[in-house]
Amino acid sequence: MKKSDKKAARALQSRTFKRVLLYIKPYGLFVFSSLLCAAISVAAQLIVPIFCGDAIDYMIGRGQVDFASVLRLAIAIAVVVAVSAVAQWILAACNNRITFCVSRDLRNAAIRKIQKLPLSYLDSHPSGDLVSRIIADVDVFADGLLMGFTQLFSGILTILGTLGIMLYLNLAITMVVVVLTPLSLFLAAFIAKRTYRYFREQTEVRGQETALINELIEGQKVVQAYGHEEQSLRDFDEVNEKLGKVSLKAVFFSSLTNPSTRLVNNIVYAAVGLISALSAVSGGITIGQLSVFLSYASQYAKPFNEISGVVTELQNALACAARIFDLLDEPDQVPDAEDAVSFSSSGHVQLKDVAFRYVPDKPLIDHLNLDVKPGQRIAIVGPTGCGKTTLINLLMRFYDVNEGSIAVDGTDIRHMTRHSLRGNYGMVLQDTWLKAGTIRDNIAYGRPDATEEEIVAAAKAAHAHGFIRRMPQGYDTVITENGGNISQGQKQLLCIARVILCLPPMLILDEATSSIDTRTEIKIQAAFARMMEGRTSFIVAHRLSTIREADVILVMKDGHIIEQGSHETLMAKNGFYAKLYNSQFGD
Amino acid sequence: MKYLKIYLKDHKAASILAPLFKMLEATFDLLVPIVVANIINIGIAGKDMGYILRSCGLLILMALVGLACSFTAQYFAAKAAIASTTGLRHLLFKHIQTLGFSEMDTIGSSTLITRMTSDLNQVQNGLNLFLRLFLRSPFIVLGAIVMAFTINTQMALIFVVAIPILSIIIFGIMRWTSPRYKQIQAKLDGVTGATRENLSGVRVIRAFGKEEAEVQGFSQANDSLVKKQLHVGHISALMNPLTYVVVNIGIIAILYMGANKVNGGTLLSGDIIALVNYMTQILLELVKLANLIVSISRALASLNRVEQVLDTKPSMAFPEVSAETAQSSEAVRFDHVGLVYAGAGAESLTDISFCAKKGQTIGVIGGTGSGKSSLVHLIPRFYDATSGSVSLMGKPVQEWERAALRNKVGIVMQKAQLFAGTIRSNLLWGNSEATDEELWAALQTAQAKEFVLAKKDGLDEIVEQGGRNLSGGQRQRLTIARALVKKPEILILDDSASALDYATDAALRKSLKSLPDSVTVFIVSQRTSSIQHADQILVLDDGRLVGRGTHGELLDSCEIYREIYESQFQKGDARQ
Repeated sequence: MKKSDKKAARALQSRTFKRVLLYIKPYGLFVFSSLLCAAISVAAQLIVPIFCGDAIDYMIGRGQVDFASVLRLAIAIAVVVAVSAVAQWILAACNNRITFCVSRDLRNAAIRKIQKLPLSYLDSHPSGDLVSRIIADVDVFADGLLMGFTQLFSGILTILGTLGIMLYLNLAITMVVVVLTPLSLFLAAFIAKRTYRYFREQTEVRGQETALINELIEGQKVVQAYGHEEQSLRDFDEVNEKLGKVSLKAVFFSSLTNPSTRLVNNIVYAAVGLISALSAVSGGITIGQLSVFLSYASQYAKPFNEISGVVTELQNALACAARIFDLLDEPDQVPDAEDAVSFSSSGHVQLKDVAFRYVPDKPLIDHLNLDVKPGQRIAIVGPTGCGKTTLINLLMRFYDVNEGSIAVDGTDIRHMTRHSLRGNYGMVLQDTWLKAGTIRDNIAYGRPDATEEEIVAAAKAAHAHGFIRRMPQGYDTVITENGGNISQGQKQLLCIARVILCLPPMLILDEATSSIDTRTEIKIQAAFARMMEGRTSFIVAHRLSTIREADVILVMKDGHIIEQGSHETLMAKNGFYAKLYNSQFGD
Repeated sequence: MKYLKIYLKDHKAASILAPLFKMLEATFDLLVPIVVANIINIGIAGKDMGYILRSCGLLILMALVGLACSFTAQYFAAKAAIASTTGLRHLLFKHIQTLGFSEMDTIGSSTLITRMTSDLNQVQNGLNLFLRLFLRSPFIVLGAIVMAFTINTQMALIFVVAIPILSIIIFGIMRWTSPRYKQIQAKLDGVTGATRENLSGVRVIRAFGKEEAEVQGFSQANDSLVKKQLHVGHISALMNPLTYVVVNIGIIAILYMGANKVNGGTLLSGDIIALVNYMTQILLELVKLANLIVSISRALASLNRVEQVLDTKPSMAFPEVSAETAQSSEAVRFDHVGLVYAGAGAESLTDISFCAKKGQTIGVIGGTGSGKSSLVHLIPRFYDATSGSVSLMGKPVQEWERAALRNKVGIVMQKAQLFAGTIRSNLLWGNSEATDEELWAALQTAQAKEFVLAKKDGLDEIVEQGGRNLSGGQRQRLTIARALVKKPEILILDDSASALDYATDAALRKSLKSLPDSVTVFIVSQRTSSIQHADQILVLDDGRLVGRGTHGELLDSCEIYREIYESQFQKGDARQ
């Protein structure tokens, strides 16, 4: 079982790796240059100690120095170093380009994908998770890729090159290095394994503390209102002390890794020193070669440590890449039909026997029939979760019906382009989404070519002109990402202005005035009324007072339309609607 | 630094011993090339096997002692760093608790949370690194020069020239790049923002058919990020090759000058190997130092942010004991009160005057942003009025001792905030001595008894963080019950029935009438139905008191009240 899991994981890794290669392919030239430069710089770094050693061998003692040879070797070192320096820079530049460009391409692909994903996917996946894939995962992937490119290849070359040269020089000393060096890797792995427990404990306690901090600081006003400060501090101190203790263990034990591996390296160094000194005494090697061995011995462990780091990083990077590819592999929404048409609707909407469910075994809407004549005003009411917003999702074709059909002017909406269908609706939602940008840009979002007069007229109609004018930069005020500088109600007014500017043939208002106080709402209602004249409109509202004027009121409960008619007929019927209405106003 | 110093002083021994032991370890590192040089110069040259064996034994001994020193240093550094930051975190938390509403509004709770968590972690890591390494690297660099001088004064001059050049390259490149990394971060934040925007606005983007435009905008932000990354990357990529060149020029100089000296008999070949070793060691340490400076400057920035909070002094002072005053029939009096929030340009409340008698029910109504919450927040002195005066029980709020004042006033805020624990532990916030009977009575009044009874563990039902396992309406009723447990003389419900349905809201208002007669109740609401039976209704518009009176009076005299009322009830039957 476990074996097959491992196999599957490895298969996934190799699949992911192949796809990563596809993304790297456009930068093949840079990859080639990078590998070439890595080879050059490694070769240079290995040769310089040899030249150095040779040079030392040409200075044996007083009056026994071969100046011509030393000079020749000095020039050789200078040339090699110059070539290597250039190669190092090109290597770094190529690696930067490959990683940054690949991550850019991945991010662009991801954002393009998001535009095509069905809403069912986006609604069911927390956006924080998707943001972290597109930003954090791509970053980790890029870091891993960069490290892989810079260190993996040159690390392997360094190890092979060093081994080759040492073997060429002296077998016995090479054996000492080869046998002892891996010890430091084992030691590092041993410590890591032992300290893992402490780290997990630290993470856990830190999580507890962060949760407590979040809660108490978020709720500081309540803490103060209840004079609960001392108790809070006691609670906090308890966790804080505990974290201190756990952290000390985690930090101390993990910080033992470096000194321990250094110890092994130092022992290798001493052993190499001993054996080469003994061989030097017997004339087996020269002093210069001894210096070569010592410098190799001190460097030999480095690529090993680096590579073990790189392998973890690369695995991590591949895991991140796999998460991104998962996103890119999600099936797209059904594309527009080949023969899909575009037209401007007269406002005739028919729902025939519509059935819909988000989850297969939980039917939400069933056998829904509705015939909306051009210019009619349809209000949808009902308790929370009854399917009001779902109906709007279907009208806009954010979701496709499971059964039945929805037609606009007699054309099934699956035979219209989405662009044309959605262009026929103007939509204001309870969720007041605005783009980071100026107020002007936001109002003109649907019609970037609108003139200043048109924008101001739309703002006036939405009763937004007043507060916009009072803002320090007026229409040029920049709305920040979280919209902290304007209130929820003001945002809703801007969303309304945005739709008013487009003036599409049909309107959808889903709790469009929920954050606006009732007095302002009445004024906006008037603007809507003007706007809705001659336009088919769908209104979802929880305040029944806002929908009394509708031509048809649909009362929904558990996915069914249980009552349908005008306010007067429904009140006369004294059914569910009347009960709902009276619960709001009776008292 | 001043606050961190307090705690470092408490761990003086550890914070001195850590760098000391680290330097001891570094000393052994510095001695290695000399021992090796002696092996060559004395052992090999003299064919002295014993000397070679002894020297290599010495190398291993040095490695072992170095290891012991290093462990000791790591322990003391970790101890000093963690203990001081733990202390600092305690101090910071304690301090944040003393900050008033006004400071909390200006700083923002999310900022404070970051300072308490990631900033302090950053400080801990930075301090740990600092204690371990900050003396070590300069010590090795200087030590290497000193060693070079002991070998040969003239050869040491190569080091004297090379080290400043290396330093200039390393620190110069770092100085150029580090502000630019911040720019890269800003560009990345832009890309993150665009991503988040695309996800949160997916319905609007599709409704307006702007998918392609969004992709274009995103890819522009992305391109500009890559351009900056490449620009900075190309420059910082210069560091390695440049230092490599300088160090090797140094080595060439050592070889060439060394050849002359060896020929003259003033230098041995082992010495040359030692000098070359020192040169490479210096490069490694300088690069380490550069990275260390990056981490430490990051930690210092975090420390600054933490200390900034500690430097923020609470703007409100409470007297130690409440001033004595005669009995008064007035519960709350506002006298020409005005309020300007810190950092705001305009007044949020202007010239408000009214008086609430003990036992009265006061309704406060007005549109969003009309100043309803601001008004009631002045009663428990969450903020100080910027003009005029607020009195409680006939005494200005500034003369009340903090605990006494907050005990008199029970406020239920708009946001229903519960804390992780149980239903009981949350209710006991109101009064830690309360009996179960008192808790149930409060729950009954708050219309919460029924659903608490329905819970498996009743009062001991677990409340998750922020009360997320309860519905909005349940949370709201529990916060009302919590305030009632306190048995306050003034009860303020700040729009705290918004998540309740109309029937529960009505039942709640009815049961509030059963509170003792002396309790003054403020009900803030947007719904006229919630307040129409109040003894006195205050109508706010844009921070001004535009109407005061009973429901009937206001319908006749206050146009804004009438408009609000009519917007919620059908026209014509407003007077029913």
